[in-house]
Amino acid sequence: MSNTILSIKDLKVNYGGIEAVKGISFDVNEGDIVTLIGANGAGKSSTLRTIAGLVKPAGGSIILQGEDITGENPTNIVKKGITMVPEGRRIFPDLTVLENLKMGAYLRNDNITDDLNWVYDLFPRLKERSWQAGGTLSGGEQQMLAVGRALMSRPKVIMMDEPSLGLAPIIVRGIFDIIREINKQGVTILLIEQNANMALKTAHTGYVMETGRITMSGPGSQLLADDSVKAAYLGKH
Amino acid sequence: MIEFLHTNMAYLLNGISVGGQYALIAIGYTMVYGVLRLINFAHGDVFMVAGLVMIYATTAMPMYISIPLVLVATVVLGFLIERAAYRPLRSAPRMSVMISAIGVSYLLQNCALYFTGGLPQVYPSIPFLSESVTIWGATTKMVTIVTPILTLVLVIILVLLLKYTKIGMAMRAVSKDFEASQLMGIKIDMVISATFVIGCFLAAVGSLLYFTNYSSVIPTSGAMPGLKAFVAAVFGGIGSIPGAVIGAFIIGICENIIKGLGWTTFSDAFSFALLIVILMVKPTGIFGEKATDKV
Repeated sequence: MSNTILSIKDLKVNYGGIEAVKGISFDVNEGDIVTLIGANGAGKSSTLRTIAGLVKPAGGSIILQGEDITGENPTNIVKKGITMVPEGRRIFPDLTVLENLKMGAYLRNDNITDDLNWVYDLFPRLKERSWQAGGTLSGGEQQMLAVGRALMSRPKVIMMDEPSLGLAPIIVRGIFDIIREINKQGVTILLIEQNANMALKTAHTGYVMETGRITMSGPGSQLLADDSVKAAYLGKH
Repeated sequence: MIEFLHTNMAYLLNGISVGGQYALIAIGYTMVYGVLRLINFAHGDVFMVAGLVMIYATTAMPMYISIPLVLVATVVLGFLIERAAYRPLRSAPRMSVMISAIGVSYLLQNCALYFTGGLPQVYPSIPFLSESVTIWGATTKMVTIVTPILTLVLVIILVLLLKYTKIGMAMRAVSKDFEASQLMGIKIDMVISATFVIGCFLAAVGSLLYFTNYSSVIPTSGAMPGLKAFVAAVFGGIGSIPGAVIGAFIIGICENIIKGLGWTTFSDAFSFALLIVILMVKPTGIFGEKATDKV
């Protein structure tokens, strides 16, 4: 299974008058975990937000399974099978856990019971707290909810923007275990992270972004061993 | 106490009734604020237009067509206002949208002035609502009894709709986080339109009940009830539907009790003094959300 599911070609994104993404190209293979790593302001988030349809690209194209989806609105992107777990989790604090999950399935008109049980199996915590307001959950639980909510749309590709942000190391390990687990169950994952170490250990393929460009790419393990990556992102000399 | 209630029964009944009418308008303010963070200054004028539509409709058509027509026309008007005056400003600063709302308010008033020639238009009497009824020695119109009941029924339906339907959940989601809602595939514009439609529908019902108590409608007829409803929404905590309803009943009842005490001149002043006091003491109102910004 190594056919390309998502292909980004020469993508350019302007953000607040500056060119945040300066023509990047990369492929995501079906069934893989792909990570974009890089420092703050490298353009990682802009890339994901553009794929999700929140931002219109200034140039380039986004191809999902051979279909050009460049510049589509977020609703159509979700319909076509790409969802995003936004940075900072962004769960709906006033909605219950169950309602949050139902919102994830907003565009679906079929029976969601099986998928609800699937998410509850992945995150038993959410089942225990299904009647609690989302805002009362702890940070780690909110991240689980954000991931669970994204899974409810039955995506082909799930994009995660800094899932480890602001979480304790032990929780971060749990989150990455879940990312692997979801991936094993057949969901392709595009992950952006500042926690390069965890991200590269988890990913099949990694790309390094610097000021709007991709400067390096390769299998996660290879990047992890690379001296310049070590120096810049892993804090090892 | 009983003695006081008995002698002031007419005022008390009237207060509950006016409170219900304010509540129906206040929900429109509070829902639009909840979703868009916008004080829709045109809402009171939409209410006035609903009154005029009723007047013109009944000159040509029977009641059973006029009333549904008023409801539909008001809803369409609200939808169009959002489409034309607010949607193009979706990414503009909040202040621009507010100025646009004030513009719509004057536009509606001036259009009304043009169509009516500035003359008060006589409001038709709606058969059942205009009948007299006597309760505990107080004679009043049927509308006084119907209003609070109808208001509560509509509010309960609305609350159930928000709690249990998909669109209701989407409204609650959108009111908290536009972007996260978009990522769920929710069409923000559709949800905002739905909010205006519901708000204007309730304002139209409110106008049918409110103007039954008055003989005529003029282009500025929407201003005062609109302002009172706005005070009620702020008092209850803008953004909160139960807050708006409770605030509206409190203001309606207090105003009329003050009239009963013989201080009619001060009844409007009371509402606005209340607004000032709330803004100083508890700006978020009785049920308002905590003052935390979106993160």
